[in-house]
Amino acid sequence: MAAQAESWSWFTALAVGVSLFKCLFINAYHSTDFEVHRNWLAITHSLPLSRWYHENSSEWTLDYPPLFAWLERGLAQAARHWDGDMLRLDNLNYASPATVLFQRLSVVCTDLLFIYAARECCRCIRVQKAPQVVLSQPSFVLAVLLLWNFGLLIVDHIHFQYNGFLFGFLLLSVARHLQSRHLQGALLFAVLLNLKHIFLYVAPAYGIFLLRSYCFTLDRPDGSIRWSSFAPLRLLALGSIVVSVFALSFGPFVAMGQLSQVVSRLFPFRRGLCHAYWAPNAWALYSGADKALAVLGVRLKLLQEAELPRAAMTGGLVQEVQHAVLPSVPPAATLLCTLLAVLPALVSIWRRRRGNRAFLRCLLLCALASFLFGWHVHEKAILLAVLPLSILAVESREDAGIFLVLSTTGHYSLFPLLFTPAEMIIKVCLMVMFTIYSFTALGNLHRSQGSLLCPMEVVYLLGLAAVAIACEFIFPLSPWRQKLPFLPLLATSVYCAVGVSYSFLRLYATLLRSNNKRKQL
Amino acid sequence: MQTWSLVSISVLLAVLVRWGVSLNSYSGAGKPPMFGDYEAQRHWQEVTYNLPLQQWYFNTSDNDLNYWGLDYPPLTAYHSWLCAYVANILNPDWVELHRSRGYESPAHKLFMRTTVLVTDVLIYIPAVVLYCLYLTDGSAKRRVSILLSILLYPGLILIDYGHFQYNGVSLGFALWGVLALGLGWNSLGSLAFSLALNYKQMELYHALPFFCFLLGKCIKAGLIGRGFVLLVKITATVLVTFGLCWLPFLPDNSQVLQVVRRIFPVARGLFEDKVANTWCSLNTLIKIRSILTSDSQLYLSLAFTLLAALPSSIRLLMKPTFWNFKLALVNSSLAFFLFSYQVHEKSILLAALPVCLLLNEFPLMCVWFLQASTFSMLPLFLKDGLLVPYTVTFLGFPFLTVYLLSALDDCSEDELKLGICGKLFPLIPKIHLACIMKWKFYISMALMAVLSVLSVVMDPPPHLPDLFPVLVSTTAFMHFLGVFLHFSMVQFMEPPRKKSRKKNN
Repeated sequence: MAAQAESWSWFTALAVGVSLFKCLFINAYHSTDFEVHRNWLAITHSLPLSRWYHENSSEWTLDYPPLFAWLERGLAQAARHWDGDMLRLDNLNYASPATVLFQRLSVVCTDLLFIYAARECCRCIRVQKAPQVVLSQPSFVLAVLLLWNFGLLIVDHIHFQYNGFLFGFLLLSVARHLQSRHLQGALLFAVLLNLKHIFLYVAPAYGIFLLRSYCFTLDRPDGSIRWSSFAPLRLLALGSIVVSVFALSFGPFVAMGQLSQVVSRLFPFRRGLCHAYWAPNAWALYSGADKALAVLGVRLKLLQEAELPRAAMTGGLVQEVQHAVLPSVPPAATLLCTLLAVLPALVSIWRRRRGNRAFLRCLLLCALASFLFGWHVHEKAILLAVLPLSILAVESREDAGIFLVLSTTGHYSLFPLLFTPAEMIIKVCLMVMFTIYSFTALGNLHRSQGSLLCPMEVVYLLGLAAVAIACEFIFPLSPWRQKLPFLPLLATSVYCAVGVSYSFLRLYATLLRSNNKRKQL
Repeated sequence: MQTWSLVSISVLLAVLVRWGVSLNSYSGAGKPPMFGDYEAQRHWQEVTYNLPLQQWYFNTSDNDLNYWGLDYPPLTAYHSWLCAYVANILNPDWVELHRSRGYESPAHKLFMRTTVLVTDVLIYIPAVVLYCLYLTDGSAKRRVSILLSILLYPGLILIDYGHFQYNGVSLGFALWGVLALGLGWNSLGSLAFSLALNYKQMELYHALPFFCFLLGKCIKAGLIGRGFVLLVKITATVLVTFGLCWLPFLPDNSQVLQVVRRIFPVARGLFEDKVANTWCSLNTLIKIRSILTSDSQLYLSLAFTLLAALPSSIRLLMKPTFWNFKLALVNSSLAFFLFSYQVHEKSILLAALPVCLLLNEFPLMCVWFLQASTFSMLPLFLKDGLLVPYTVTFLGFPFLTVYLLSALDDCSEDELKLGICGKLFPLIPKIHLACIMKWKFYISMALMAVLSVLSVVMDPPPHLPDLFPVLVSTTAFMHFLGVFLHFSMVQFMEPPRKKSRKKNN
């Protein structure tokens, strides 16, 4: 037992190290999300429950599910003793040093859950033979990839959000499923859905997997479903867990007859197809193609420039979009595309009993599909795929290759989040540090099986470096800066979208191929 | 993992921590009329850029020496001029004569912080990397651990990136000197050290060991034969370097004299503020400054400094090994810090640098000292509003180093080099000594933590307004004295055989 405790001392070192590291950025730039969360502290502290989702004196209305609002209320209890002024509703844009310290520390502290989840994930790693050297143990590599993740560090601790806490729930729930403790996993995920509804994107994977692998206990010899083995008690247990969590969270609002108000706050469909900075997804490619066609059409005199709608997409504001040449995309179409994209994955884990890893793969595909085809996707949502993929990456060579492409492109697409000059050095150094680590550590881990990336991928990633240098350093000095201010964003999104789509397809291939292998056996 | 990737990750982490600290406040932010060291550096840029070189060190109508007059050697002035040149391109308001006084803006802060980072990346960090890769024993992992520990030493980071100074330059040059001497390139080493001396006169703390090491090498090679050639080469290098640095001032004797007068301000008294050296600590018991005249104070401190520094230097002269050189650097700089005239609390960085170089051999002692040295500057950090970065690095550094270097497991190795203790106290079994060391370490860490918290949280009683600064400096002084005695003892014992064979170059 003592030896085991000893062997985990590196985890404590990593966790303490990263927590202190986060504290260094307390005085760094923070985005409007800081004020959003301060406002929520004020709303949940000073208003009764019935007003939470009606309050709109600030433009940053409460648009997370009720459990998160309760979390804010809990934080407000501590904030009261710290600096009571931040809890006043009319105190808009209040950011005294004490407030900044409190909010930043609250993120660092809630991250403790993420640290615990990362530790649980590290314990789920399957290793054939654990190397003696700590640095080349898969669990060590995974711990670094999760705890020191570039995206989480900049989004949470500089940009300001509570993603670490939320991903803590997700990873913990994944870890519980990997450990075959499905009820706990389901409970955690239900709680997570009530903390932030963006995780609905991966709910299909949870639903199908739990139904298939937990509620049906036996299979036919060929691996397909045996309907007679249905265990109603298990379904009942699952159902009651999920229903009770939702009842706890939404029940009071249903009782007050405010459900529709809450839902309208949670799902604001009036926002545009693409977020302020284009997330590197299929719609970025679509809009990029539209732009290219428009320019081409004007050049070839097929289109009149005056007839084109003003290219509102590129203004950097959250608003409606109109495409110039290609048909505009309604929300329903994005929903349909997303469903079509996840369907094969869901079918694949339904038709045959698959291991817990296949569930994780399916979850990743759901996350990526919704990222690629979803409506108004934030570029931050890429973390939903990058973080769980870390687990697979330390276990297999092929996934490691996918991880490198996806994490590099996905992380780079986060760059526009930090645009202030003082944070430039931080984002560049942190990104380079994380990238060097992930390349060398994963390469070292799978070194017996050859290189991780094929030449084409290497060329693509080198191209990404070139795009980065061009956009961040050369473009601001060039004369195009005035004329085409959106060009770097466009180039970045389109280029990164290629990498993300490629990773999506390759990940799909790994899931379906393992399916076929099983069939042949 | 390949060494290159570990090294680059360490360097990037070091840069990130530095930049993270630099997002905080600086000395004298928004405190007219005098501001602080940040304004001093900006003012030097203004003066050097706008005035002819002959007026830099003189009090003129355009150059008020009472307002942060230039009091560092010429290399600092040239560096200021270079920064001012860049500043003038970016925004002429930053260095405009007279009108830019007290200029503060986020963009300017960013510029100033960047200049510090640039010099660090160019001078200090490469020297540390090379030192750890080429002059440190042990596995690749061990060397990278040492590298990370040295780069993350909080004292230097907080002073350079928080308080605002360019210590990385002079310390970096000195380290280049150590590095070159360690690799056997004597001329290059003396060149680098001359540059260090010409950047900050405080580098004199290291001068004695450098001098003795080089002289000792010459003597060993035979003063009539090869040693003489070596001596001539070194002397020529030093003279030429100094000559080039002072070239613009040389034609006029009064210029040189004025620079020297500015650099060594004898009139400023035995000590200022609360500094963790002997005189200030003694001052709580005896008011030396009122008993002795300022001349006798000067002689007294000179005598004590020489008395404390000479033994280790003479030892080095007799046995010019790299091992002795490193120890002599520690002893000499500590002797100067503890006993010399007009010491600043920031001067402890000069002792911290050579202590960092011994991290591999004495992990516990060095971590302990480095921690105490950061602690000794606490009042300064509090004044500058650096509480958050101080807390983070003060907690992080011992945790990280103790983990990386397994400092607490190696107490027994400390005794190994302290054979004399075994002779003095034969009754204490070895295992107990290790245990005692460990507990002393814990207690002292706890003491420093408690004093830090008290300084922040409590108001001192009205009749003792300086209670906490005095407590801090006295505590730190005891640590420094202990470390000084420890390393003096170590130097006068035979070096451990394994090390001596490798280090004899």
